[in-house]
Amino acid sequence: MQSFEWVDAESVEQAVTLLGESKDGRPVVAKAGGMDLLDLMKGGVLSPHRVVNLKGIKGLDGVRFDARQGLELGALVTLSRISREPEVRNRFVALSEAAEHAATPQVRNAATIGGNLLQRPRCWYFRNEHFHQAGGDDLARVRDGQNQYHAIFDNQRTAMVHASTPATALLAYGASVELVGPGGKTRTVPVSELLLPPDMKRPRDTVLAPNELLTRVRIPAPAAGTRAAYHKQGERESYDWPLCDVAVVLQLDGRVVRQAAIAMGWVAPTPRRATEAEKLLVGRPVDEELARQVAKAAVAGATPLSKNAYKVSILETVVRRTVLAAAKA
Amino acid sequence: MAPSDDDSDPKPLLPKLSRRAFFTGAGASALGATLVQTAAEAASTAAPAVHGPGPSTLTLTLNGRPVTVQADPGTTLAELLRNQLGMTGTKIGCDRGACSACTVWLDGEVAASCMTLAFDARGRKVTTIEGLAKGDELHPVQRAFVEHDAMQCGFCTPGMVMSCAALVERNPKCTLDDVKQAVSGHLCRCGTYPNVFKATLAAARSNGKGKGRS
Ligand SMILES: Cc1cc2nc3c(=O)[nH]c(=O)nc-3n(C[C@H](O)[C@H](O)[C@H](O)COP(=O)(O)OP(=O)(O)OC[C@H]3O[C@@H](n4cnc5c(N)ncnc54)[C@H](O)[C@@H]3O)c2cc1C
Repeated sequence: MQSFEWVDAESVEQAVTLLGESKDGRPVVAKAGGMDLLDLMKGGVLSPHRVVNLKGIKGLDGVRFDARQGLELGALVTLSRISREPEVRNRFVALSEAAEHAATPQVRNAATIGGNLLQRPRCWYFRNEHFHQAGGDDLARVRDGQNQYHAIFDNQRTAMVHASTPATALLAYGASVELVGPGGKTRTVPVSELLLPPDMKRPRDTVLAPNELLTRVRIPAPAAGTRAAYHKQGERESYDWPLCDVAVVLQLDGRVVRQAAIAMGWVAPTPRRATEAEKLLVGRPVDEELARQVAKAAVAGATPLSKNAYKVSILETVVRRTVLAAAKA
Repeated sequence: MAPSDDDSDPKPLLPKLSRRAFFTGAGASALGATLVQTAAEAASTAAPAVHGPGPSTLTLTLNGRPVTVQADPGTTLAELLRNQLGMTGTKIGCDRGACSACTVWLDGEVAASCMTLAFDARGRKVTTIEGLAKGDELHPVQRAFVEHDAMQCGFCTPGMVMSCAALVERNPKCTLDDVKQAVSGHLCRCGTYPNVFKATLAAARSNGKGKGRS
């Protein structure tokens, strides 16, 4: 890892000012928990000239719930805190489960929700210094190569998938993020619009500008009768990256579904809503047969690559089980 | 949370660096600027202190003792511990946070020291495997690892012990599932997990009673 300059930002405003600069083609980057940054720097994929430490900024590590406003998480709140926080566990169980099942206990203690959403893809071609710098057709390399963990939907332009698993739950909850730029210019962006299809040739896979900071994540207050479930499917029980993960948020009226959101991660370049499948749920009570139909609809139109057709049937099963789990939650 | 380090420590070699001390360290220009501005203005416009890319001073508490060292900002805590502070009980396996051999406690919570920059440990309490025993008295989890043969080649052991000890300190009534969760980030090539589970549960049961030398 090449060394760099280190600056402790004391305020959002100051951090934003510092982030604007770059030197000799080496960027200035923000650092929260540093889990993704270190990985990229050790891999030779990122070599910042300066790191702006955000951890000392006050007021970005709060968790607040309000019955009208909903949940607000400061960007520096760690995944382990999200997994433990009673307000999150009680009201947004798909998010606390997603946080609890991401990474290892050690990583969760450092990883922040802001950094988590902004992390880069885990594609092994992306993370490899040689392939990262090789240029040429990134997609062809994946198509002809080791694509067992890549996208099974929307994979015509890139087959890389976004790495954040909490993003799957946040998408299902209709969450948004607050971004702050120079002069305190603030905008709110839904998670569904924050994430862009990963691209090796770009420095980030989100709409965040180089001199913007992600300051907060917000989830609207859940309507009465809201039930949710989350499942991350790995190759083993112990910690691992997912093959796919699914978050389901249902609003029930008795047993009848009034509204449904099904979000699926690690199967498309960005977490994907199963819109057609959601429509099947609305107005009906959930049972095994309906869950089966919903799961089938959720995987319709998949275009698996040479080595990842197995992910289609795994996803179908995980959707079915998670829909049933949410209805029973 | 696992217990914090002994508070009856000798005084730090350097006082904990304050925000102001960092500003002063930035040199006369930053200091001058802060003097003629209000605090609020200063916070947003003063050029903050820059460390690195070469070695810069940092202070942390290591196993209850304050230490001040020079390290460049690209140094990980694991490298600092092993290469500069002689704490080679902390192992580096994957160097990517994926095997947890490098586990230490940061303010009593488990951390992957290979993925932690040394600068992120400034002003914090770092506990390594060397700091777990009280003199000759092993931590109950260390004793239980010996008694239950919870190691083979031993490479993952220091990290494994740090995670299991943190669990036992936090939750003396821990269950098998809790132990599995606590070591879920640890890779043991020898496959000693069953004995790690047994040892940790035994340590939890005996914690408080039967502490002794081993
Ligand atoms: C072994 C292992 C397993 C993992 N498994 C999972 C998993 O299952 N699911 C999952 O989702 N993740 C997983 N991760 C990834 C991990 O969760 C992320 O690396 C971590 O959440 C990133 O957060 P951070 O705070 O450390 O970010 P950093 O590394 O500090 O930052 C990440 C990026 O975001 C930028 N940044 C950070 N905060 C801000 C901000 N507030 N404003 C603007 N820019 C910012 C940084 O410049 C950088 O580009 C795993 C990681 C490891 C090492």
